[in-house]
Amino acid sequence: MSRLHVGLAACGLAVLGVLAFAVAATATAQDVVKSPTMDTIKKRGELVCGTDTGIPGYSYQDSKGEWLGLDVDLCRGIADALFGSPAKVKFVGTTSKVRFSVLQAGEIDLLVRNSELTFVRNTQLGLDEPAINFYAAQTFMVRKSLNVAHAKDLNGATICLLSGSTLETNIADFNRANNVKINTLLFDRPEEAFAAADAGRCDGYTDDGGSVAAARSTMKKPGDWMFVPETIGGLQPIGPYVRQGDVAWSRLVKWVHYAMLEGELLGVTKANVDQVKASTKDPETRRFLGLEGDFGKLLGVDNDWAYRIIKDIGNYGEAYDATFGEKGLGLPRGMNNLFSNGGLHVTISWH
Amino acid sequence: MAVALLLGWIATTSSRRHQSFGFGFLAEDTNFDIPFRLIPWAVGDTYARALLVCLLNTLLVSAMSIVAATLLGLLIGIMRLSTNWLVRNIALGFIELVRNTPQLVQIIFWYVAVLQTLPGPGQSIPLGGGALLNIRGIYLPSFIANDLANRVWPLAFVLLLAIPIVWRVQLRGFPVRMKSLLLLLPAMPLFAAGIDHTDWPVLHGFNITGGIQVVPELVAVWAGLSIYAAAFIAEIVRAAILSVHKGQREAALSLGLRPWQVLSKIILPQALRVMVPPTTSQYLNIIKGSSLGAAVAYPELVAIFAGTVLLQTARETETLAILMVVFLSINLIVSALMNWYNRHVTLLGG
Repeated sequence: MSRLHVGLAACGLAVLGVLAFAVAATATAQDVVKSPTMDTIKKRGELVCGTDTGIPGYSYQDSKGEWLGLDVDLCRGIADALFGSPAKVKFVGTTSKVRFSVLQAGEIDLLVRNSELTFVRNTQLGLDEPAINFYAAQTFMVRKSLNVAHAKDLNGATICLLSGSTLETNIADFNRANNVKINTLLFDRPEEAFAAADAGRCDGYTDDGGSVAAARSTMKKPGDWMFVPETIGGLQPIGPYVRQGDVAWSRLVKWVHYAMLEGELLGVTKANVDQVKASTKDPETRRFLGLEGDFGKLLGVDNDWAYRIIKDIGNYGEAYDATFGEKGLGLPRGMNNLFSNGGLHVTISWH
Repeated sequence: MAVALLLGWIATTSSRRHQSFGFGFLAEDTNFDIPFRLIPWAVGDTYARALLVCLLNTLLVSAMSIVAATLLGLLIGIMRLSTNWLVRNIALGFIELVRNTPQLVQIIFWYVAVLQTLPGPGQSIPLGGGALLNIRGIYLPSFIANDLANRVWPLAFVLLLAIPIVWRVQLRGFPVRMKSLLLLLPAMPLFAAGIDHTDWPVLHGFNITGGIQVVPELVAVWAGLSIYAAAFIAEIVRAAILSVHKGQREAALSLGLRPWQVLSKIILPQALRVMVPPTTSQYLNIIKGSSLGAAVAYPELVAIFAGTVLLQTARETETLAILMVVFLSINLIVSALMNWYNRHVTLLGG
């Protein structure tokens, strides 16, 4: 008898212990969502997002002053998750020189400015790189009449580019590795660089693939220009930056990006999201749209956040098509496809 | 006190930015090219050498602009006081147009609207003597030195330098003047002896190769800086000439001097004293304005140091501090020289 009692008591204690642990774990999960950055944003009533001053594809303003672009869509997605409205964002155009200083100084909440993710920026500058929203590689754009088939054929040519980036280093490395001499002409602003390329001061223009597509759209005769198929300098993963030290904030940025990818993987689009939400029986889709689970609370937002992003902005594929793709600059999706279509964008499961 | 505060502030901000303040990076190797330079440069040289290369580019365009702005300003200033209605009003129109539009816009205008209308390398315009002109610049034939050049070229250079000195020497009571140009006679064969062959600019692949290339970026910045400053200098010249008492002019004319002699011997030497101090500040403006070269891809200090170097080293405070110290030093030296010259002309004037 006494043994049974002891056994029961032990079992009871164990159950209590597990319960206590579970309660503690839940409490911890909610504590982690304490984020000074998110508190500041909520208090202010809008997100302050640092973007480019204007580059087609990534972030630019239309004739009505409305911000558009793939980077802009990520900012809008974050605002939508936090406030339930993609309009509660203030966009701050930053130049390539000041972008990281502005972020470090706290003038913007995050930087989504077609910035390559690098080792030094993560370590020396003390910034977090929560996601990769665009894959690019340094691409050359030259006049078709020059008959350039490979990057090496550019030996002796002069290329216009913007100063203050990894582009110069890549060309210097390429020259040394291949014993060629591609000359560079460094501009401070894209306007003069485009004009110089268009006038023939340079034989071509170089930047990451997305920016070169944007540059081509500004040429007098875009059809006269071609992209050299070979890229240099390896893959350039491009993505958002946040200050280190606010894990919950960094996590929200990361998951807004992954929500847009997940939406595409699950086949949820701006057009069908309401219908899918009403009828779906797929557990992953139900968790994604907030019908099951507490995925919003774990991020510090409400449970409809991912549904709203798809409803207001669309999934990643839709955002790409509108900016870089068919409805935008006409840049083939290539590496920016989902892994399931042979691209590099990988999703993370919703469980 | 202020300096201590500034240093303290830099120390706190740099620690907030995960960085220590220091200039050690100047000894590190670079990994970028500088498209236009006066001294040899290769990818992999140190940041300190990049600083020197860019400093020379800044000094080159500043010196060229100071000379051109002075000559052009003097000419326009004198034209402004001409008795001829057309000449006077052309000068007035020039001054008002140039003085009242932004300098950056003017530089971009020269670069984009003027120089970029030139034909491509394939359709270069021959300028005679083997020189070519196209959208990528002016290409001049250059002389490649032979083994003798090390010895004979310095001699030729010394002879050239001697000309203005010999010009002023008095031989048996007579000034040498024009006869000093006879020094050119030995200088030219000495120079020719050092030439191995001439390097002619020719079209090769994408670009013209061979010879010396004067890039359009340099020309655009040069034109932009000197024309802008010339408009201000012209007004200084006009004011200075008007400040000379009209009795001086009348007296000179009544002595039978020709108008040109009145100007060059009587008016300008007296006006010079008034001109020098305000012109000094125009020179300082030219030097500072050279930083606008960054807009048209001229690789001067600001373009490379506040651009490429700043981004590649992520050392904002240090690179900007270097730039400020360098510009401050150049300008203090130039104003010291001009002050010395000012005292010189003041003393001569009595």
